[in-house]
Amino acid sequence: MPARDVAAPRPARPRRRVPLALLVPAGLGLLFLVLPLAGLLARAPWSTLPQRLTEPGVLTALRLSLQTATLATLLCVGLGVPLAWLLSRVEFPGRRLVRALVTVPLVLPPVVGGVALLLVFGRRGLLGSWLDATFGVTLPFTTAGVVLAEAFVAMPFLVIAVEGALRGADPRYEEAAATLGAGRWTTFTHVTLPLVAPGIAAGAVLCWARALGEFGATITFAGNYPGRTQTMPLAVYLALETDPPAAIVLSLILLTVSVAILAGLRDRWVSAP
Amino acid sequence: MTAAPLLDAHLVADRGAFHLDVRLRIGAGEVVALLGPNGAGKSTALRVLAGLHPLTAGHLTLDGVELDRPDRRRWTPPERRPVGVVFQDYLLFPHLSALDNVAFGPRRHGADRRTARDRAQRWLDRVGLAELARRRPRQLSGGQAQRVALARALAVDPTLLLLDEPLAALDAGTRLDTRAELQRHLGEHAGATLLVTHDPLDALVLADRLIIVEHGRVVQEGDGAAVTARPRTDYVARLVGLNLHRGRADGHTVRVGELTLTAADRVVGDAFVAFAPAAVALHPSRPDGSPRNVWPATVVGVQRHGDNLRVQLDGPITVAADVTPGAAAHLRLTPGQRVWAAVKAAETHAYPA
Amino acid sequence: MTVRGIRAALAGLAALTLGLAGCGGGEPSGQAGGGRVTVFAAASLTETFTRLGRDFEAAHPGTTVAFNFAGSSALATQITQGAPADVFAAASPATMRTVTDAGEASDTPVTLARNQLVIAVPEGNPGRVSGLADLTRPAVKVALCAEQVPCGAATVKALDAAGIRLTPATLEQDVRGALAKVRLGEVDAALVYRTDARAAASDVDAVEFPESAGAVNDYPIVVLKRAGDPADARAFVDYVRSDAGRAVLAAAGFQPPQA
Repeated sequence: MPARDVAAPRPARPRRRVPLALLVPAGLGLLFLVLPLAGLLARAPWSTLPQRLTEPGVLTALRLSLQTATLATLLCVGLGVPLAWLLSRVEFPGRRLVRALVTVPLVLPPVVGGVALLLVFGRRGLLGSWLDATFGVTLPFTTAGVVLAEAFVAMPFLVIAVEGALRGADPRYEEAAATLGAGRWTTFTHVTLPLVAPGIAAGAVLCWARALGEFGATITFAGNYPGRTQTMPLAVYLALETDPPAAIVLSLILLTVSVAILAGLRDRWVSAP
Repeated sequence: MTAAPLLDAHLVADRGAFHLDVRLRIGAGEVVALLGPNGAGKSTALRVLAGLHPLTAGHLTLDGVELDRPDRRRWTPPERRPVGVVFQDYLLFPHLSALDNVAFGPRRHGADRRTARDRAQRWLDRVGLAELARRRPRQLSGGQAQRVALARALAVDPTLLLLDEPLAALDAGTRLDTRAELQRHLGEHAGATLLVTHDPLDALVLADRLIIVEHGRVVQEGDGAAVTARPRTDYVARLVGLNLHRGRADGHTVRVGELTLTAADRVVGDAFVAFAPAAVALHPSRPDGSPRNVWPATVVGVQRHGDNLRVQLDGPITVAADVTPGAAAHLRLTPGQRVWAAVKAAETHAYPA
Repeated sequence: MTVRGIRAALAGLAALTLGLAGCGGGEPSGQAGGGRVTVFAAASLTETFTRLGRDFEAAHPGTTVAFNFAGSSALATQITQGAPADVFAAASPATMRTVTDAGEASDTPVTLARNQLVIAVPEGNPGRVSGLADLTRPAVKVALCAEQVPCGAATVKALDAAGIRLTPATLEQDVRGALAKVRLGEVDAALVYRTDARAAASDVDAVEFPESAGAVNDYPIVVLKRAGDPADARAFVDYVRSDAGRAVLAAAGFQPPQA
């Protein structure tokens, strides 16, 4: 931008000092988040690690976790982005209430969320009994049930992030698109979505991470069966009962894989134009 | 104005407490500037024309097609109007290249990707940006972005082209070139053009006709010469740099408050009197001689104005006077000082109110 | 790298929470003296111990009993990490062993009661389950406790004793989870403790089966070494094992310890 970059050269300024009043709590905050992780690392059974890693149950649970968290994220994006759009762009009566309802899974204890899901999608649930009678489909104790439970708990993260991005995006771009002949749908797909893509990505990351760590709703709604509904957090919890070192190993695997995936994706997004 | 204007509109709209009521007629190939201070309703008028804000009454007819008519419950959504808009800060889509920004409109109007891109490339050629087609908006300078925005608006062949402060975001140097460039393109545009601006220079250079709005209403309308010579409101007078007063005329004399001014023109009845600040001469004591308009005044302020000083005067009428630094030094102008102001009758213009 | 060490890492927060919640003044409740007994007890003892605590307080004016009910192994972790407890009652000897192995017990644990598995079925028994063999029918959905928790270990023993193999719909983290699935009608049967089935009698019917005799679970109880008031703690343990205590336990479906 040649025209705008012509500014008077600024005098070289010494590096500004970070105020201690911010630095200290920031450091404490970081420590608070990182120390438990350090605890896990310190107590990990490193000597038996290779043999524990290759136990078949571990990989099964890991694969299931990654699959269900990804499917749950896709489900959340597919349903949550339009919901966020509705909340941020369309005036309708009761919008405040709907916005509050979206956050319900955030405050609901996940176990209660699981029970609520059973009451709706369970064998005797409001929709579940109809699904069972009509299509012979039952969701509890199935992998689809795991996806459903994870999506239920993780969806608010996506909706809130995307709605924030949509509110931050200048709606005049959408007006500009309209004056160029784009209808509302085309404007949404060709202008709005690309504009809030970083927000959707951030929301999807949060959503995925939350789905990956989901425990309470999953075990309540989908139960726990290796290879079908036993995700990593469930495996960790049960391992804790009898074999705490195994629980730490499982936690570390979950942690490593998720950090690797998130860091990898992040680089890709940040470098994207 | 042609017999059958391309745009024939009576825009009545409300935006909160603000009420807009403006009649607009623009012929084919004509460029009209909507000029007014901030909050006058210029932008609302533009939004209404683009379909981004609803009419509450009146009508909007473009090329014989009635687009809006609230009393017949008729409204056309923005995407179905033959209207192109250049927005104030351009609003180029940041995720698309310059070429794809310009191709966006043709694509939405049914052109296939290739046709749309060819068309966009031609428009970028016309605005002299062929080689920047692949750049993203943030890699363009302000002037370049303005030209892409213009190309994008024109690429859909709009019957009505709307420009919202098209030069406001540019620095002075870029502005001069871009203004000249814009003038050329507006001259080539076959449809009607409405330019919204608060800059009288943009309006005078780019428009065939000026419509001045204040408080949601048209206060003056006419070509540049007429408006600059005969302002009818304080706002226009300030824009064109004239002292303006309203009084009652009887032949060559106009009575403004307690003061009677002699003017070059002959008017009877309510009249405006206008004279340039440079026509006002200041004297330490009452000047003698030829029949002139002379009155005692008090200096209330002195500012730099170009090479001269602009002196604000209070008295029977409040006026601005431009004096040379030499004259100012001679008079030792300071606020509170009493002086005599004089204007030649030949430089005092009167016209019916 | 030891189990203890790992528990240290995991239980710190739990202990902290307890410390904060238990006593606002920061005074460790275990050392309160003046007749305060803090009991860490297995979740399946919630109803009976709450009742016994009230009765004990009535019989010993001036002494108060505070409870922390949770899964036995979570409690064991908290105790080995220094949580202020006077008495520990576990749902299985194996869990108790982690506490005694850590040297936290003041003497040898004694069995306070025994629990036995039953088949819990939704009210009215829609799956018409009458014994373990019925659980292998494909149409019957079954919830079992995971092998890692005490009720799961008992389940494996019982199924092995009966020579039965079955594929459950789910392996629950604890007996209450299995029971909840029955209550909601999501499964047709679950293997749970008799006491749990009895507590849920309004929604759940219990079907006894002979093989459960081979998988009886002992509930050990012990006074902890760091008890602030060992005399009161011992008095509570004695009260639980008294005739009055046994009556309360029996009413809930527990069996008396083997003589």
